[in-house]
Amino acid sequence: MMRFASPSALKAQRTKLETRAAKVKREILICAGTGCLAGGSADVAEVFRTELKAAGMKIGVRMVIKETGCHGFCEQGPLVILMPEKIFYQKVKPSHVKKIVESTLKNGEVIERLLYKNPDTGERVETYDRIDFYAKQHRLVLRNIGRIDPQSIDDYIAAGGYAALPRALKMKPEKVIDEVAKSGLRGRGGGGFPTGRKWATCRKVEVHPRYVICNADEGDPGAFMDRSICEGDPHAVLEGMIICAHAVGSPKGYIYVREEYPLARQRLGIAIEQARTAGLLGENILGSGFDFDIEINRGGGAFVCGESSALMKSVAGEVGEPRAKYIHSVVKGLYDKPTVLNNVETFACVPYILDRGAKVFAAVGTKKSTGTKAFSLVGKVKNTGLVEVPMGISLREIIFGVGGGIIGDRPFKAVQTGGPSGGCLPESALDLPVDFDTLTDAGSMMGSGGMIVMDDRTCMVDVARYFVNFLVEESCGKCTPCREGLKQLLFILERICGGTGEPGDIERIDRLSSVLTDGSLCALGSSAANPVISTLKYFRDEYEAHIADRRCPGGVCKALITYSINDKCTGCTACVKVCAFDAISGKKKSRHKIHADKCTRCGACIYVCPDEAIEVH
Amino acid sequence: MGLISFSINGTAVSGAEGETVLTVARRAGIHIPTLCHHEAVEPSGACRLCMVEITHKDWKGWKGLVTACLYPIEHGLEVSTDNEAVRECRRNVLDLLLARCPNAPAIRDLAAEYGLKQTTLTVDEDPTNCILCGLCTRVCAEMGHHAISTVGRGVSKKIGLPLDEPAESCVGCAVCARICPTDAITFREDGKTRRIWGQNFELLRCSECGASHITRAQAEFICEREGMTIEDFEKCDACRSRETALAFSRMVQW
Repeated sequence: MMRFASPSALKAQRTKLETRAAKVKREILICAGTGCLAGGSADVAEVFRTELKAAGMKIGVRMVIKETGCHGFCEQGPLVILMPEKIFYQKVKPSHVKKIVESTLKNGEVIERLLYKNPDTGERVETYDRIDFYAKQHRLVLRNIGRIDPQSIDDYIAAGGYAALPRALKMKPEKVIDEVAKSGLRGRGGGGFPTGRKWATCRKVEVHPRYVICNADEGDPGAFMDRSICEGDPHAVLEGMIICAHAVGSPKGYIYVREEYPLARQRLGIAIEQARTAGLLGENILGSGFDFDIEINRGGGAFVCGESSALMKSVAGEVGEPRAKYIHSVVKGLYDKPTVLNNVETFACVPYILDRGAKVFAAVGTKKSTGTKAFSLVGKVKNTGLVEVPMGISLREIIFGVGGGIIGDRPFKAVQTGGPSGGCLPESALDLPVDFDTLTDAGSMMGSGGMIVMDDRTCMVDVARYFVNFLVEESCGKCTPCREGLKQLLFILERICGGTGEPGDIERIDRLSSVLTDGSLCALGSSAANPVISTLKYFRDEYEAHIADRRCPGGVCKALITYSINDKCTGCTACVKVCAFDAISGKKKSRHKIHADKCTRCGACIYVCPDEAIEVH
Repeated sequence: MGLISFSINGTAVSGAEGETVLTVARRAGIHIPTLCHHEAVEPSGACRLCMVEITHKDWKGWKGLVTACLYPIEHGLEVSTDNEAVRECRRNVLDLLLARCPNAPAIRDLAAEYGLKQTTLTVDEDPTNCILCGLCTRVCAEMGHHAISTVGRGVSKKIGLPLDEPAESCVGCAVCARICPTDAITFREDGKTRRIWGQNFELLRCSECGASHITRAQAEFICEREGMTIEDFEKCDACRSRETALAFSRMVQW
């Protein structure tokens, strides 16, 4: 691997790589994201290598990360894409590989049963760009994921990577900041603060050294945008950080990766080593005289360490507790020095902006929320996965257009965005545009990109309870409102879900929400009441049903529901066999019966019943 | 030196750059309740009792609640220490503290000032008097011992010793117990020994008045740090002061 002593050396290498790539007639892209790896994609790749060698075919087999990340379509993984035709095969097993080599690679024939089937038309779709899930996205920050090998710096360079860096290094730092400001880029971690302004403020503070930190703590349950970027395109994050360091005048950067992301940490580590060897990190980067290096810092399993001031304490080796940010971290951050902290996705946007220009970036999205946003679309939606869409797109288009609608075509009930800091929005909000400000006005927030879709079989009080329970465990415990307030809030919500809600509970919830929002020391606490406030706003009737009628309309809260078997039952005894509590009786071919006193509503019977004969009341 | 002028409850006040709202308020005789604040240590903003509402004519009507102990003063700031929003927040904070520490007199008295005779929430099954203000741990660090710290996260947070074992660095000074606003830290002593945080400490007696005034361990710590000798601790502070005062008055007389 070579070291680039100057931008022209880098450019020459890129040209060489592009020429080489142009000669490659065929690529086999096998997803090696966490999900597909778990599904056996490494074995698939191995068999491809063996088979192709045996067949005497000279084809470069490359392991890359698939565009969809690790859910949904990767539930249909392992995924294999054949270029240049863009043929998209799903659920590929090692036993399929021989046939793929014979039929498709040798004879150009497509194997129908390995293709994606459009659920509306029933037709098999041959190429990935005609699958709605992909076709309706605008992949900008995710542009390389699925196309390049994330462990190859050559791949990144050949795809246009590290073209922005030499350009930025030639510009005055103030001009780089101007360009970022003009792009309208706002923090993708959830706060939405204008990135250019943050960098400008840091640069003005005459204290040294200044630090650059990348927040890869991604703690929101269900969110995996940052993980996919770190696993699938780590050099984009590095390039963004190096450009930032040049802009604000920093010699040292850190990437704080949560402990639960070992693959992301590993891929970032490899990328850093490669960048150092290539002369893109370390001393005298590309011969410019600018020094900057990056160190990876591991999290310890605390959601609160995703909060910027707690993260900086953690990096410094202290207990990760936030501090009141009346004095901002850009003024006094890590070790009390000026520090720019940005999210993974924010940094990954920076090379694109410096390469294509602020105007191109700002041309997508809306006036106040430019560019795109990556979302982890999960829950009761058909096409779960990692999606990237332009800002301003409606919730409806994401959930029903890209997402393909609700599983089983059940009624949509709510969508939760913004993780534990966000809220739930009902059907009436589906046409709202997704951007930094509109969802906040409606009582939720876009947040870092987690989007959980819910159907009618969801209890909104249970959803609120889930998030409060999460935060009770993750609160640092320093300030009274968060530590005590969340505990008290959980008591009340558990009471309500358990069927012992009391009159006055909603008023108590309101008071606790108020002290959490106004009195907390950090944003974990001050946003902690949002799931409760939003569900009370849009689904108050559910709370009242639980409290006054001891009823759970969503059919979820175990204390308030009973199961019974209706006349669709064919007497197959599947439920009798699976019930661990001996709560079901019945002979073959006659309708079975559930005994309420023994039934724990675990749901195993519903899962195995082939006739949908078990009802929830 | 440029003074920063602002107002508290409509009254004009001023202070130096870097001072907090609380410092200036106290100097002006304006009362703001606190629990986790003490001049001996850096402010922490943990208890949330000193909330005040701030606004500014340039803020387009925006106002918000901040902790007075940490908020740095700025020109034109308008502070309200006792309006409805502030009282509501303090009342809720005290409601939460009362649920946690129903038996702590300091909390009960403060809560009563805000109209709360008992909590409206669920009382802890096994209540403590500790409000986790962190004054004890902060002052222990300030004294140079670092013997106790906060342990655990969230609802399981508590004040404790390293791995729950008596700390080598503890000198038995009991400043933690004295600074605690709710008397949550206890210790026992007879004339010879003080027992605190699971250890027994020998007390030194004043050669003049006989009072047990310091533990040997603390005296030795100070000797090491300041280059003093153990003989410097033969007398207690009061007797040593009296001796110095007498010697001085003799000098002046002469």
